[in-house]
Amino acid sequence: MGLVLSASRFGKLMEEWSKKYDIYAPALFEGSGPFSDTDQVRYAKVTSLEEIVFDKKSNYPFKEAILPITQVLFYFTEDEVREAAPRGRDAVIFLRSCDFNALRSLDAIYIRNVIEDHYYKGVRERAKFVVMGCESSFDNCFCVDMETNTCSGYDAYIHLEADSVTLDIVNPELADSFSFESGENAQITPKFVTATTTRVNIPGNLDASVAGSDMWDEYHTRCTSCGRCNFVCPTCTCFSMQDVSYTDNGKCGERRRVWASCQVDGFTDMAGGHSFRANKGQRTRYRVLHKVYDFKKRNGYHMCVGCGRCSDACQEYISFSACVNKLEKAMGVK
Amino acid sequence: MCDRNEYIPSAYEIKDVVKQTDAEYTFRVAYSADVKPGQFFEVSIPKFGESPISISEIGPDYIDLTIRKVGRVTSEIFTYTGGDKLFMRGPYGNGFDLDVFKGKELIVAAGGTGVSPVKPVIDYFAANPGEVTSCKVLLGYKSQQDILFKNSLANWTSSLDVSLTLDRAEEGYGGRVGFVSALVPGLDIANPPEAQVIVVGPPAMITSTAKEFLNRGIAISNIWISLERRMCCGIGKCGHCRINDQYVCLDGPVFNYEKGVNLVD
Ligand SMILES: Cc1cc2nc3c(=O)[nH]c(=O)nc-3n(C[C@H](O)[C@H](O)[C@H](O)COP(=O)(O)OP(=O)(O)OC[C@H]3O[C@@H](n4cnc5c(N)ncnc54)[C@H](O)[C@@H]3O)c2cc1C
Ligand code: SF4
Ligand code: FES
Repeated sequence: MGLVLSASRFGKLMEEWSKKYDIYAPALFEGSGPFSDTDQVRYAKVTSLEEIVFDKKSNYPFKEAILPITQVLFYFTEDEVREAAPRGRDAVIFLRSCDFNALRSLDAIYIRNVIEDHYYKGVRERAKFVVMGCESSFDNCFCVDMETNTCSGYDAYIHLEADSVTLDIVNPELADSFSFESGENAQITPKFVTATTTRVNIPGNLDASVAGSDMWDEYHTRCTSCGRCNFVCPTCTCFSMQDVSYTDNGKCGERRRVWASCQVDGFTDMAGGHSFRANKGQRTRYRVLHKVYDFKKRNGYHMCVGCGRCSDACQEYISFSACVNKLEKAMGVK
Repeated sequence: MCDRNEYIPSAYEIKDVVKQTDAEYTFRVAYSADVKPGQFFEVSIPKFGESPISISEIGPDYIDLTIRKVGRVTSEIFTYTGGDKLFMRGPYGNGFDLDVFKGKELIVAAGGTGVSPVKPVIDYFAANPGEVTSCKVLLGYKSQQDILFKNSLANWTSSLDVSLTLDRAEEGYGGRVGFVSALVPGLDIANPPEAQVIVVGPPAMITSTAKEFLNRGIAISNIWISLERRMCCGIGKCGHCRINDQYVCLDGPVFNYEKGVNLVD
């Protein structure tokens, strides 16, 4: 259902949604950016159009709305474990085409990788996705080369015009108990970017031999293993388990999972002092090749969606796209 | 589709605890559902955390878990005794396919705690020696104090060809000294291209032992290894165990060496 609404009418629709849903969208956090005196755009629960940031790329992706940084799995007492109650309300999540495509990768791991993740599935099934159009690409974006600049299958589409909101409601549940006026109907065309300044070339014949290249060496000295690239990535999904007890005697408590980073020390530590990838260049190789090679081998499409957030977030100015563009030359070269 | 919550552990009764070495105990746990040699459980102790532990014996109504005390979770398990409840979830992993070995010449080479995951395979062919043309078992431990499963060893020796070697010469020990890999060159292998081989142990042991077997003309696709990696879920979600496009917890821990040799951590 194509619609053009005034800002105030869209506000009313959001009020209606808010009665049923928690609405998650990119919002502005002043002064909390990665570099000093910069703002940050992060996902937050919103209730009004004014809170939603349309004109900037969010520094963090939507994933925390369905895969929280810390998620309680269950509570325990001395001799019993009890599953944590699911989140109370269904969600409406505003996100761009790249992030909507990233959902496919999250599903691949959390739903289709042999065993279903009960917690993810529960939240995922109760989430609706509103894709925000992109007028033009942002710095470091390379969605067109990753073929994630367009998408379909969303519950609604939205973009802003100077004094109106353009909307396409695909899932009728989002139009429930709201009567649109006949003058609000419109033919709309989603805005998807068709070109980006940053380009990547993933060689078609890329193979595992590239892991042995010396192209990774420079990252050993440049990377500080801070793990930001993982945390800002819409498709990074790793976690570690953590048990927390509430009382001194430790009888009651909870088990949680917490986001983990393959770039940070300890990710592979095992008993007996064994660990893998002590070299940070090799950690970069592990991350980058998962994004543009290994995941595809398993799932048939690339994990990386070309949002460029890892490049945006890196304090050492390591560019993901520049790294990917070195693969072709590095193939077969030791 | 069933909406099972894999993360919630269940309580199982510990039937018995047997000391193997100062640092390794075997916990016999009441269990009667299906389980394969080479699979593992996540032993999941609230407040302490979870540890993947291989099944070291499969009984009609029990499984054994042989656990080395190395840290938080494993030390807590060591305070448990018979009658206590142990929280676990699983079994996970692919395990060994015994059918692959049936009717073949089988050689099992294992070192240290690596003996645990292959023990159910050895147990099976020790009880059913007619199902393989021959079965040789090569075991390596650091010292006499580190030898695991002494009781089973006597059993195995009566039906299988077992060799044991220690890393170092010790007083009062008259047996073989050296790494497991060193036993391979002198091994009597009737038909190398057809023989099946299992190698389990620390990464360096796997590499050096597999190399010796390849030198003996064993086909790479007839070598099977079992890997250990950091695990935080056991079900292909946490990412810690991933190597290339493979998840050790889901696609392994048992890998054919043709694939395993190419995995780059
Ligand atoms: C498939 C598989 C089968 C295993 N089978 C056995 C077995 O049969 N018997 C046995 O004694 N051990 C086995 N292990 C190793 C065992 O899981 C670890 O020793 C155990 O998790 C350590 O836990 P902890 O809390 O006692 O140690 P911690 O206090 O957590 O740490 C001690 C050391 O163990 C490492 N470690 C912690 N958690 C894990 C983990 N989940 N996986 C690997 N290392 C970890 C830590 O990084 C640290 O170096 C197996 C591991 C895997 C992956
Ligand atoms: S790897 Fe970088 S560019 Fe690709 S999806 Fe993740 S954050 Fe975005
Ligand atoms: S142990 Fe978590 S993915 Fe394998």
